[in-house]
Amino acid sequence: MSKQRIAILSGKGGTGKTLVSVNLASVAEHAMYIDCDVEEPNGHLFFKPEHILEKTVTVRVPRVNPALCDGCRVCVDFCAFNALALAKNSLLIFDGICHSCGGCVLFCPQNALHEEDRPIGCVREGSSGAVAVKSGFLNPGEASGIPIIQELLAVPASDHHEQIFIDCPPGSSCMAMESITDADFCLLVVEPTRFGVHDLSMVYELVRLFKKPFAAVLNKCTEGTNPAERFCREHNIPIFARIPHDPVLGLMHSNALIAANEDDKYHDIFSDLLHQLTKEISHAAVSHS
Amino acid sequence: MKIAIPVNSNTTASEVATSFGRAPFYLIHDDSLDSTQLRENIAAHSAGGAGVLAAQIVVDSGAEVLLTPRCGQNAADVLKAAGIKLYKSLDNLSAMDNIKAFEEGRLTQLSEIHKGLHGQAGE
Repeated sequence: MSKQRIAILSGKGGTGKTLVSVNLASVAEHAMYIDCDVEEPNGHLFFKPEHILEKTVTVRVPRVNPALCDGCRVCVDFCAFNALALAKNSLLIFDGICHSCGGCVLFCPQNALHEEDRPIGCVREGSSGAVAVKSGFLNPGEASGIPIIQELLAVPASDHHEQIFIDCPPGSSCMAMESITDADFCLLVVEPTRFGVHDLSMVYELVRLFKKPFAAVLNKCTEGTNPAERFCREHNIPIFARIPHDPVLGLMHSNALIAANEDDKYHDIFSDLLHQLTKEISHAAVSHS
Repeated sequence: MKIAIPVNSNTTASEVATSFGRAPFYLIHDDSLDSTQLRENIAAHSAGGAGVLAAQIVVDSGAEVLLTPRCGQNAADVLKAAGIKLYKSLDNLSAMDNIKAFEEGRLTQLSEIHKGLHGQAGE
């Protein structure tokens, strides 16, 4: 069986992406959990992985040799991100704005620029029982975690894990897009609030733009009317699971416990969800081949 | 000496803009010639690095002094490297009245540089 990559996203923060991701990875048999929420990774708090290998992630940034720079401004004019400025014939480089395209180095007529590695964070990989756990950590103050997400998602073909659960960053920005690029299926977690529905509508647009198959998980369900459910009905979004608004679940999650390992009811909810996902992805693979 | 100030509109009667990097225009006043120019800020709508590009525009104008209500760190780095002095503009005065206030020694140097508003507009 080829790998199944399942991305869990939500738009809004705090709707239950990590809850769904860690529980799915726990009930699956050969799972890898990847925390792409590199600004605030928290999946490792639940898995408490062991045998951790850490890899520093760097980006390339330009450095100038002032003896060679003649202030021609080719690099300043080239940079689409305004990462370079020239003041009194000295070149200023803003590392935090640079997108590492390398164009300034390429176009410098004086060969006054070269590139250096600059660390922006790290990836930590370990194991928690049968689950492989990978988490990305972006250093505070850094503008973009994309290089860390790319490193996280570069899973070698020789890797034996059959299902990969990708815990995406909130929102629908570049980092969320990068996280779902190679996903076989997207699971949209939504809470029954107006904010939740608003942000669901953004990721709904995103997954359709990326032409990904998707379904919703309704979290924090109460007895009352559910605006998230109404949105799903109106847009024909299949609902794969309903998780109750349950103080017992909230307490387990707050104590960094994985509900599916603690409570049969939640083991069943997430096993059923996994079963639906597996069936749906296999079905999609057959109909696309 | 040339004095620059971020302004909201393309007229010499303009109010001072609330932001430096995202101001639509800069008014450049040359007190030796008593002439006033307006320059469009092409950085106003850039996705990122507006402060750096805006500062480059002010540097290239030949200004030696910038009057502004506030200024971000990146822009301040460029302006300081060019030797431009920063003074805090007064909110209740028009751009030209701020220049008059500066010439009369009524403005103080801008001491507080904010970290910038990066990433708040989404990427």
